[in-house]
Amino acid sequence: MSTATAAPVSKAIPQVGEPKATSKGDLMTLAIFIAVVLTAPIWAIPIGAGYPDLLQKFAIFGVFAIGFNILFGLTGYLSFGHAAFLGGGSYIAVWSFKLLGMNILPAVLFGTLFGGLFALAIGFVALRRSGIYFSILTLAFAQMSYNLAYSVLTPVTNGETGLRVLRDDPRIFDDKSGGYDGTLIGNLFGLEMTGYTAFYFCASVLIIAFYISQRIFRSPFGLMLRAIKNNQTRMKFTGLNTRPYALTAFVISGMYAGLAGSLMAVTDPLAGAERMQWTASGEVVLMTILGGTGTLLGPILGAVSIKYFENIFSAYNKSQLLDTFSFLPDSIAEPLVSVLGLFVGEGWHLTLGVLFMLIVIYLPGGLMEGARRVSAMLRKRKAEKTDASSGQTTPAE
Amino acid sequence: MSGTLKVTDVNKSFGGLKALSEVNLNIESGTVHAIIGPNGAGKSTLLNVLIGKLEPDTGTVMFNDISLLGMTPHEINQVGVSRVFQTPEIFGEMTLLENVTIPCYAKRDGSFKINPWPRVDEDEDVQSKAMALLEDVGLADKKDVIANSLSRGDKRRLELAMCLVQEPELLLLDEPTAGMSRADTNNTIELLKKISARGLTMVVIEHDMHVVFSLAEKSTVLAQGTPIVEGKPDEIKGDPKVQEAYLGGAHL
Ligand SMILES: Nc1ncnc2c1ncn2[C@@H]1O[C@H](COP(=O)(O)OP(=O)(O)OP(=O)(O)O)[C@@H](O)[C@H]1O
Ligand SMILES: [Mg+2]
Repeated sequence: MSTATAAPVSKAIPQVGEPKATSKGDLMTLAIFIAVVLTAPIWAIPIGAGYPDLLQKFAIFGVFAIGFNILFGLTGYLSFGHAAFLGGGSYIAVWSFKLLGMNILPAVLFGTLFGGLFALAIGFVALRRSGIYFSILTLAFAQMSYNLAYSVLTPVTNGETGLRVLRDDPRIFDDKSGGYDGTLIGNLFGLEMTGYTAFYFCASVLIIAFYISQRIFRSPFGLMLRAIKNNQTRMKFTGLNTRPYALTAFVISGMYAGLAGSLMAVTDPLAGAERMQWTASGEVVLMTILGGTGTLLGPILGAVSIKYFENIFSAYNKSQLLDTFSFLPDSIAEPLVSVLGLFVGEGWHLTLGVLFMLIVIYLPGGLMEGARRVSAMLRKRKAEKTDASSGQTTPAE
Repeated sequence: MSGTLKVTDVNKSFGGLKALSEVNLNIESGTVHAIIGPNGAGKSTLLNVLIGKLEPDTGTVMFNDISLLGMTPHEINQVGVSRVFQTPEIFGEMTLLENVTIPCYAKRDGSFKINPWPRVDEDEDVQSKAMALLEDVGLADKKDVIANSLSRGDKRRLELAMCLVQEPELLLLDEPTAGMSRADTNNTIELLKKISARGLTMVVIEHDMHVVFSLAEKSTVLAQGTPIVEGKPDEIKGDPKVQEAYLGGAHL
């Protein structure tokens, strides 16, 4: 059938800039994704990120952002309280270490489960409202959790000092025979979570997390979540109960956050209340929007970019800046450094703010939209070239 | 009897405004029933009461032998009542195919099911059913178009397709041809005739008398929230009460 009307085709579906949403295209994306993640220790060296501490941070925040995107990207519900699930996951993981021993499997399992249960409780109440009221409710709950963890719940969270594993904790499944009381490093059946071992564990989790999110995006369930974002009225009058769908998405994203939180404890067995603070909730929002809300890869890209630039900018200090600009006369270098100094070190958030503003204004679809624009431009140029060359050959006939 | 609707003594006020007063309506199975009346007569409000969007102050609404009062919109829909809105309610940022796929799942899986693993695009049953429905309303060639970019007439046809997916026993249509060209209106009339031949009950709100005469077996005239006349379309045509309700200005 020929299309008489030239209506815009599939431009606004969420997978902008990504390969076509067929099962073949998705498999390809997954394969490339796996390859890129597993070779990270190699390609990260030239960009100055080739060490496990930073790489595992990429992976952990990638997991966090993927989960957040399942809620925000698909249903459009903007939560400002996901740090509560992240922090909760960390605490539970550390408690698992303290009580059950340093095996990371139960820690990760319980951390994830707790994230889900916590999200169920908060989501049940917060989802009675939508829009800005929903956001504020989640923010309020998360700040409440933060304050509880910081003060009232000190017996459980160890308050200000943070929760850590101690030598005389029960750790019932740890082998403490023969005078040896075991190390206090997380392990997977003996394999200690340090250096690149820890990174590859987090990387495997990231890959699984990505695959699950990919399945959800393409499934009937994912379709319903996108319907929530589009038109809840039509959904209700189509016989669909919107609330449980939104709640399930909220719980799933809470589990992702709990998982990310427990991974933080896996790579460094301690937990503090600051992980629950609103700044941490805000960070995952920034990551998602920066990378491309509602796209599969965008949130991971956003997480990696923010953590990468944080690492660069926050490491700088004034004297390093002065060194960099030492070629300039003092009268110029000094004021320049004092201005630039605002944007580095502790002031890195200022840089992040500027970066975020630029992206939202010029690339509202985030980095993924940037990628789509570039690839569209390249394709157009290529098409023009082939047009031109075929134009030359025809007269010869 | 399937698809019957019985409205008894329904009243609804918005503050001081009496939008519906003492509405009694009996809609028989398998008929097309038109509701006409001047702007602000309460036609849309009546539909809102029927589908659970508004709670009436008094009265009862019985569909088959079920009371619709107190049921939520999605429950009312699941017992077999669908509605096309005055301003089309569609999934604007999604493709046409996705728009009709959603009600396919609502019909198959009920009001809530977590089904996160299979791929939508490989679900042959649902895909072919969705395509067949798009073909029914003549939108098959636009299946990959984003719904928001459709013309108003096409949007309404899409919404109609989404309602038909569910094979409702009662279909409520709020001005299905408003804003359509003459040709589109005639297409829609033909389409609605075809649908009505399947035996479902339809309630059509219309300003366009041409549509009413072509489709309806019975019609009710609503004025200031009260039904004033009921009968066959050509019977009510010359009724002085109806002329008066339209302030003598409009010709029926
Ligand atoms: N939610 C509401 N709150 C307050 N007043 C309302 C509400 N809905 C409708 N009304 C009022 O009730 C009256 C009936 O409105 P309704 O939309 O039912 O009219 P209608 O017959 O559908 O008119 P039209 O032909 O213009 O669509 C109007 O005066 C309208 O302003
Ligand atoms: Mg109306």
